[in-house]
Amino acid sequence: MNSLIQRYAGSSAASQQRRNVSTVDDDDEFSDAMWGSEAGFGSLAKGVPSFMVPSVPDPAAFLRLHTDDHADPSCKIKIQHGTTTLAFRFQGGVIVAVDSRATAGSYVASGTVKKVIEINPYLLGTMAGGAADCQYWETYLGMHCRLHELRNRERISVSAASKYLSNLVYSYKGMGLSMGTMICGWDKTGPALFYVDSDGTRLKGDLFSVGSGSTFAYGVLDQGYRWDLTDEEAQELGRRSIYAAGHRDAFSGNTCNLYHVKEHGWDFIGNYDITTLHYDGPGNVSGSPGHGYGYEIRVEGQTSANPPEVVAQA
Amino acid sequence: METSFALTGKGYVIIAADTTAARSIVKMKVDEDKIKELSSHLLMSYSGEPGDTIQFAEYVERNIRLYQIRNLYPLRPAAAAAWIRRSLAESLRSRHPYSVNLLLGGYDIADHKPNLYWIDYLGTVVELPFAAHGYGSYFALSLLDRYHNPEASLEEGLATLKRCIEEVAKRLIVSPDRFKVKVVDKDGTREVEL
Repeated sequence: MNSLIQRYAGSSAASQQRRNVSTVDDDDEFSDAMWGSEAGFGSLAKGVPSFMVPSVPDPAAFLRLHTDDHADPSCKIKIQHGTTTLAFRFQGGVIVAVDSRATAGSYVASGTVKKVIEINPYLLGTMAGGAADCQYWETYLGMHCRLHELRNRERISVSAASKYLSNLVYSYKGMGLSMGTMICGWDKTGPALFYVDSDGTRLKGDLFSVGSGSTFAYGVLDQGYRWDLTDEEAQELGRRSIYAAGHRDAFSGNTCNLYHVKEHGWDFIGNYDITTLHYDGPGNVSGSPGHGYGYEIRVEGQTSANPPEVVAQA
Repeated sequence: METSFALTGKGYVIIAADTTAARSIVKMKVDEDKIKELSSHLLMSYSGEPGDTIQFAEYVERNIRLYQIRNLYPLRPAAAAAWIRRSLAESLRSRHPYSVNLLLGGYDIADHKPNLYWIDYLGTVVELPFAAHGYGSYFALSLLDRYHNPEASLEEGLATLKRCIEEVAKRLIVSPDRFKVKVVDKDGTREVEL
């Protein structure tokens, strides 16, 4: 009882913080149905998560006011937007490739962002839109995928995992979440790929690209894509497509992270500097063209001039 | 939305422009030719503000013709590009600037080189091996970075152009369904069927 009074009456910073963080603490306020497992193993989840919201009548409008850098470039909170991410399904699994640039307005905030979120050894999520939203909710998704494993003694399907995320973000619709993500993995059905965004859209598909550079990636990806690509060809196509976006889109670039999901889970293939890809290519890896990806490098020495044949003089 | 592509190859320039004339959400015409033959070895595609486009294209066409009548020889592509650029740049600071984007393709019979100029309504000129205007450029430029070959034969060049058109048809929501394609090479200008 004493602790209860202290918690709610105190005005110290510590107590304030405690109040903010744990609005829910007493386990007996919740029925057993709130727990994942009635056997009492579900101690990871402390009831229903809740968030601090600004104490204004319309928190969503408040957030919009301070994050909309289109309407107001001097807004206080700038959300990471520019990105290129892609994933495609093929005979040998799923290829996931992303860039690593974070921009806030016209400022390049970071060039080393991990935009592939390793949810668990069989599931990958990609990050486009709000970096924090993607990182938090996909990690949170990972927690629930683990709980599913414990409860059902089997791994969650990619379909179910993506549906969980899609339902979750849909419940926050209109409250300012911003994410465009691809959930990729391998389950009983084989390689699987779903696109999930914060509008609540969830699409099953073979090939997706998300972000400001997606059109440029699609341009290369669509033209080179076949279901029966070899592993090497597929990895090269992912790398080449991210390069294309990094080259043409000002809000994408720096480096490319490449993952390959196979039956045994995902493998990290590598991190490639886009500038290096431009001038020198991906180096000594399978599927490499042996030269830089850049147009000027590729066509060096070639000319469109078409002078008539000079007749040799006698 | 209006889209145009152009690319050079061994001794030629191909220009392709969609053939829709739209007003608001309505397609007014589906077989509009938006590529003008300015002279025997010069092609120009135009897109942008309806009204401005045709007015400006005809103004350019007549002036290029006038030059040829007065001097008994045509402007070379580089000179034509410079003159068109200046016309747009002067227009830009007037009361009613022309909002017109152009692709100018010519074959220079003096040095046997195909020339392609990308020109926008602000008076920017760039000489390029391939170019595009409109939403199609977002899909075609990365594709052309990957597949364009400056020494390609006409057949190969048209195959690359076809890739661009198919990609736009596949990914762009309001994609144009028909393109008019013209070629300029040492023999002059002509229309080709894809």
